[in-house]
Amino acid sequence: MKVLVPIKRVIDYNVKVRVKPDQSNVDLANTKMAINPFCEIAVEEAVRLKEAGTATEVIAISIGDKSCQEQLRTALALGADRAIQIETDENLDALNIAKLLKKVVEEEQPQLVILGKQSIDSDNNQTGQMLAALTGMPQGTFASVVKVEGEKVNVTREIDGGLQTVALNLPAIVTTDLRLNEPRYASLPNIMKAKRKPLAVKSAADFGIDLTARTKLLKVTPPAQRQAGIVVESVDELVEKLKNEAKVIS
Amino acid sequence: MSILVIAEHDNSSLKAETLKTVNAAQKIGGDITLLVAGYNCQNAVDAASKVNGVSKVLACDNAAYEHQLAENVSLLVTELAADYEHILATALTTGKNFMPRVAALLDVSQISDIIDVESSDTFVRPIYAGNAIATVQSLDSKKVITVRTTGFDAVATDGNAEVVTLDTVTDAGTSSHVSDELTVSERPDLGAASVVISGGRGMQNGDNFKLLDGIADKLGAAIGASRAAVDAGFVPNDMQVGQTGKIVAPDLYIAVGISGAIQHLAGMKDSKVIVAINKDPEAPIFQVADYGIVTDLFDALPELESKL
Repeated sequence: MKVLVPIKRVIDYNVKVRVKPDQSNVDLANTKMAINPFCEIAVEEAVRLKEAGTATEVIAISIGDKSCQEQLRTALALGADRAIQIETDENLDALNIAKLLKKVVEEEQPQLVILGKQSIDSDNNQTGQMLAALTGMPQGTFASVVKVEGEKVNVTREIDGGLQTVALNLPAIVTTDLRLNEPRYASLPNIMKAKRKPLAVKSAADFGIDLTARTKLLKVTPPAQRQAGIVVESVDELVEKLKNEAKVIS
Repeated sequence: MSILVIAEHDNSSLKAETLKTVNAAQKIGGDITLLVAGYNCQNAVDAASKVNGVSKVLACDNAAYEHQLAENVSLLVTELAADYEHILATALTTGKNFMPRVAALLDVSQISDIIDVESSDTFVRPIYAGNAIATVQSLDSKKVITVRTTGFDAVATDGNAEVVTLDTVTDAGTSSHVSDELTVSERPDLGAASVVISGGRGMQNGDNFKLLDGIADKLGAAIGASRAAVDAGFVPNDMQVGQTGKIVAPDLYIAVGISGAIQHLAGMKDSKVIVAINKDPEAPIFQVADYGIVTDLFDALPELESKL
């Protein structure tokens, strides 16, 4: 079975973002970029399915300008078999991303699409669910365990208050949570090998989809800063302050 | 304008976060309908009818909605959508699961995790784990929105809304529920508690989290943890407070042995009063704490418990 893994190029999670002085957006110039951590977990899960003999081919896909090829090469080094870049200079809404991915799903006919649950830049948590709706597939979001069993996949999901397991008819969509797996590091030989793996480039404009933005970013500001408070000397003083100054305990 | 709010519930009770989502709907302004889709959910429907500001409750009681399967709930909401300009759900795991499906089926964008309402089409939401705040305008005629409840106060529950029973059954038939493993706890939900006490890597192991129990009992607090404590295997993931876990904003947040990584601060920095207990005076948590105490938590916790 084929597994499709859409991935996103985002700011490296160790880098602190800065807001542009004109408040038009965050400043990403000369910032270290990386594969979105949740997408990396998705690649790892797909590769493990292939190593277990469940998956036959793992295809990584990314939508963006040429620079996202860097992250596709990372996915290939981690074990994906081939990659597709859908070229666009626009910063597309999740809905438009899902519409493009739907076209690729129709073409490639994967049995499983594994995505990160959210990207650490826009924090939307939408694309997987939207792709599931557009393709009519069931979804297992926020997955911590994925088990393919015959014509179904059982997905254990991280929900408020614990875990929930659902059974989905294949083909299905899975979105990853943090504890699904720990991604491997790409070895040097695999990084070298990845350079020779196929990477197809397609233009977003060729898909014949209206990609007009449905949202408008009006401004971006830094969050309100909290003032540091005081350091107390003893537990007695702490309890006294909480009772009489902050009045949060009685 | 008409607004549809989808209630978060467990069939037997309404989750407190729904009261905050209704508050967000009031800020948008309009006639508010609350949908309760579940199974054997009469108690949740009764609770929904008492929520202030709600003019009508739609009760949809069918086995297809028992476990809030996204495939089924999204079809129901999409069927009802024609009558509403705004559709709101709470940004908890249930709403996050089905709501983007609703948006895609309606061919509109979703505005996720709003923390404030500027106007009926413009909303404020955190991006980059709360390290930047975006103001976003929706250009769609129908607005599909999830609400981060820490940004809104709960509405009261002394209302009396009309209840309309629906017999719509939307079963996609593509997914089924297998099992739940829910943490059983006598303590309040992390998201609803007015006091939260969380442990970090400084707790050293899972057993030491018991040191938080007595204090939590005395304060009626929920117990949370940092991602470092979860990753180290001390406690389960549903206790995690942070960018990748629960976002909380209680009246009092006590961080014990937590250094204060950005990812943790993203989950608790809107708390009204923050207390930090840490032996490292340089820990970043002290930069956001109202009250800090530089001491060994293994000395401070028993003393704090005895003095409360």
